[in-house]
Formats: sequence, C-alpha cells, structure tokens
Amino acid sequence: MSKLKEQQQHIVLEVNELVIGYQSKKRVAEIAHNINFSLKKGELIGLIGSNGIGKSTLIKTLTKSLSKLSGKIQINGKAIESYDANSLAQQLSVVFSKKTISSNLTVEEVIALGRQPYTNWIGSITQQDLNKIEEVLELIQIQDLRSKKCHELSDGQLQKVMLARAFAQDTDLIILDEPTTHLDLYHKVYILKLLKRLAETTQKTILFSTHEINVALSLCDQLIVMKKEGTLFGTPEELTQTSSLNDLFPEDLIYFDLASKTFKVK
Amino acid sequence: MRVSKSYTKLIILLIFLLIAVLVLNLSLGSVRIPINDIFEALTSFNPDKGTNHYIVLQYRLPKAITAVLVGSGLGASGLLMQTLFRNPLAGPYVLGLSSGASLGVALVILGSSLFGGYLGSLLLSKWSITIASSIGSFLVLLAVLAASIRVKNTMAILIIGLMFASVTAAIVSVLSYFSSAEQLQRYIFWSFGSLGDLSWTEIRVFLCIFAVGLLLSILSIKPLNSLLLGQDYAKSLGVNINSSRLVIIVATSLLAGSITAFAGPIAFIGLAVPHLTKLLINTSNHKIIVPAVLFTGAILMLICDTIAQLPYSVYTLPINAVTSLIGAPVVIWLLMRKKKLFV
Repeated sequence: MSKLKEQQQHIVLEVNELVIGYQSKKRVAEIAHNINFSLKKGELIGLIGSNGIGKSTLIKTLTKSLSKLSGKIQINGKAIESYDANSLAQQLSVVFSKKTISSNLTVEEVIALGRQPYTNWIGSITQQDLNKIEEVLELIQIQDLRSKKCHELSDGQLQKVMLARAFAQDTDLIILDEPTTHLDLYHKVYILKLLKRLAETTQKTILFSTHEINVALSLCDQLIVMKKEGTLFGTPEELTQTSSLNDLFPEDLIYFDLASKTFKVK
Repeated sequence: MRVSKSYTKLIILLIFLLIAVLVLNLSLGSVRIPINDIFEALTSFNPDKGTNHYIVLQYRLPKAITAVLVGSGLGASGLLMQTLFRNPLAGPYVLGLSSGASLGVALVILGSSLFGGYLGSLLLSKWSITIASSIGSFLVLLAVLAASIRVKNTMAILIIGLMFASVTAAIVSVLSYFSSAEQLQRYIFWSFGSLGDLSWTEIRVFLCIFAVGLLLSILSIKPLNSLLLGQDYAKSLGVNINSSRLVIIVATSLLAGSITAFAGPIAFIGLAVPHLTKLLINTSNHKIIVPAVLFTGAILMLICDTIAQLPYSVYTLPINAVTSLIGAPVVIWLLMRKKKLFV
C-alpha cells in the first residue's frame, strides 16, 4: 500500500512560475503569468476558465507547440525543451479539439498511428505494437469499431477513437483540448467518466480543458482554474470551500451556488 | 500502419497488369511487332534480324520507359501534394513547377529570335529545351522552398505556388504576343508533351533524377501517414513538420520537374492517378498507396501512349490530349459509382 502511495506521489508534470503568451519580433503579448502546479501519476486534472482567458494558450505551451515566455515546465523531472520531438512523443500525447483527421482512415489505422514514435523509419508495426492496439481497443471498448472508416463514426465514437490513439502512444501524460465539445450532454459525461476510469486503471496522468465545470468539479482529482486575477490549483473541495470559483465568470449573468456546488443563471 | 494481405494481392495484380500493358505498348504502333520478336529483341539483340529489333530497342522501348517514368512519377508527386496540402485538387504542378518550366522553354523558343543567328539556332537544339525547362522549374522550386522555410502555414505555400504559376503564365503570354507564328507553333507543340523524343543518354539522366525523387518519396511515407491525422497530430507524434515538408516538396520537384524537362507538361495524370488508385484500393495508408500509385500511373500512361500512337497508322496524337480524354471519363465514372473523394 505504501509503495502504491509512493508511486502516486511521483510527479509527472511540474510547472513553475510559468508565463505564457505570444511573442513576435516586435512585441510580447503576455496572456497569463505566475502559473504553478504539479500533476501526479494517475490523476485526472481539469483545466477551467472562461473563453479567452488562455486555456488553449496554456495547452499549446504545455504541448510545446508554442514557446513559453518564461518559467519552467518539467515532464518526469526533465525540462520540456531538453526532449527531442520523438522522445517527447513518448512522454506526452495530445488530443486536439479540431477534427483534422482524414476520414478515409480506419479506426485501427488511426490507433496504429499512435505507435509511430516507437516504429522504424517506414513505420512498421511489430507484434508488440499490435498487442498494444488490442489492449487499447479493449480498454476503451471499441473493438466493434475497429475496421470502420472514420467517416462512418458519430462524434462520440470518433472522440473515443482519438482517445484510444492517445493511449496507444503509451505516454505518462495525456493532454486533451476540450474533448467534449460537439458532444451531447450524455456523451460529455460519458467521455469524462471514461477519462476518470482510465486515469485510475492505467495510472496515467490526464489533463483536459473543459467548459463542463459542474462535471469537472465532481470527477477531477485536481483543477487548474484560470482567472483574470491569476491561476489557481487545488482539489475541487479546496476550490469550492475558499469560494475561488465565484468570480470565474463576470458576475452579471451567472453565479456559483455554494450549497449545490454548481453554477446557476441569475 | 498495418499492411493486410488483400492489398499485397492487389499490388501483385497491378504488377502483372503493368507487364501486360507494357508488352502491348511495345507491340502496337505504326507496325505491329509480334510478341516473340519483342522478347527476342530484349534478350538477344541481333541487328541483322531486321527492322523489328531496331524499332523495339531504339524507338519503342525508350518511349515505353519514358511513359512508365512519367506516369509513376506524376502519380507519386500528385499523391505527395494531395496529402501534404490535404487537398484533393492538388497535383504535381500546384507548386508552379510546370509554369516555371514553361517560362524557361518559352524564353528559349520565343526569345531565340532576339539573340539571332548562330546563338539563336544553338538555343533551339534539343538539350537546350530540356535545360531551359529544368532551370525554369528549378528556379520556381527555389522560390517555393524559400517561401516554405519562411512561411509556417502550409496553405500559404499552396497559394504562393499558384501565384508563381499565374505570373509565369502572364510572362509567357507577353512573349507569345511578340512571337512569330512558327515560334508559337514550336512552343505549343512542346506544351502538348511528348514521350517519344528521348535518347538512351537522356533516359539515363532522367532515371537518375527520378530515382532520387522516388527515394525521398519513400522516406516520406511515415511522416505522410501521420499527416493524415493533421499537422498538429503529426507534430505530437514526433514528426518534424518543417523538415518533412521540405523533403516532400523536394521529392515532388525532382519528379515533376524532371518529367516536365524531358516530356513536357503532361496534364491530368498527376491529379487523377492518386484518386483512381484510392478508388481501386480503398486505403490512405501510404505504405500501400505509394507503390500502388507508381503502378497505376505507369499503367495509365502506357495505355494513353498506346492509344496516342494510333496503332497501324502513321499519325500520333498529342499525349496531353489523350491523357485527359481517357482519364477524365474514367475518374468521373468511378466517382459516380463510389461517390466519395478522399485525400
């Protein structure tokens, strides 16, 4: 038991004094600063905040598609800059919110592409890769979809496939950018509950940005809350007790109801 | 990605089809040469055996090899562009390569009178057209590469290529305006494309450039497959987008550029072959589709060439007209049946 606890204490992603924003030749546009958090093994972490506050910028910075302005990002104890593209792909997988995949791929092919960081120069799939693909299909329970083409899938099914692809990449850290947009309420909850189960069973660290604050509050181990005044990090209990969520949105239309721990319309 | 057995069978079928079409192409022409004679000429050439051996080795075989290189090269570079730009309308010439080549050739043919006399006639020799067209496409290639290193957005490169194409087309029309009818005719004949003018020396040069382009295309298979998920995903899978993009563009330029230099701006094949192939083999996996486009391209080109030489007659149709006349209805027919077009 103590060993398990020790493992869970292992920090997968650590962010210190991070400043994010956009940099061009002429000027620097800072979007958020003083961001600190550390994510442990097997945790499910939600990233919440209103539109335009910088959630996407933070995710882009964490996935190295945007350079940070200053501060430290460490994955498994090593600075993110020190990873080359392929070794970073073995540490961190990403699920993007935009649907960009070619719809002529089969589900199996999409998931197999998750194995690319481990394959040779021409991308040959080994028996080990095949085993991983089977394992992931079973884990997310989409065995029946395996030979379907992506254009035959519903949005909910496609999101499960993209999740499976990320798990096939077999990284300690998985980051998802708004995984529940385009989905109905049932599938939103379905995907987020699935993330919760996967974080527990596979002991991977899963960070996702979302607008489903109520669901995130009830499922996540930790929350990163981005607000104008600054970025907070804590468990849902801590955040609700300290009434940190009250000013998440401009208070003219909605407010946070402490009793029910949900947002309500005024 | 996985290669299943059914695809291997299809590829073997395509190889057999290619051999059959190749033999048919060698056999049919202004005179029909019996298949026995073709094999004899290929295995044990005997100059005394008469004209048939000579025709096969000096005329039809170089032409058939050119057709194979042109068809497969255009097919492969079309596929590369369609995947890179994720656009089913992209082809080998979207980067403006053929316009660059056209400009080079137009400057030589239409501008030769400006230099006059001996220099003018030197400029009109056959190698000079090949060289002019190579320099033209090479300069456009350099411009596109410079743009692609500076510009991060892949779509912008596509548009820059199109802009190059319209600028060069404009210069060509200015040149045409000041040219004589004879020069114009020469230029127009070049723009029809031709597979039959290459000597063995030229084919060797062509083959070397082609081989490098093909090698780079094969090296691009893995990044091309990850690009099917979109650029963001490819990047998150460890693909270096900038260098992969550069390799893909250089491969396309070598293939399409050498083809334009040696055979003229052959239309349609590069756009149609990837679609035809994907309609035959329903996959986007480049490990299967890259070899498949090479074969389909070669087969289609050989068929077009066989028709263009109008068997048993002394006439030859412009190859460019035949590729579109044969290819377009086939693509339309296949699309009407399957109804879907994928990148």
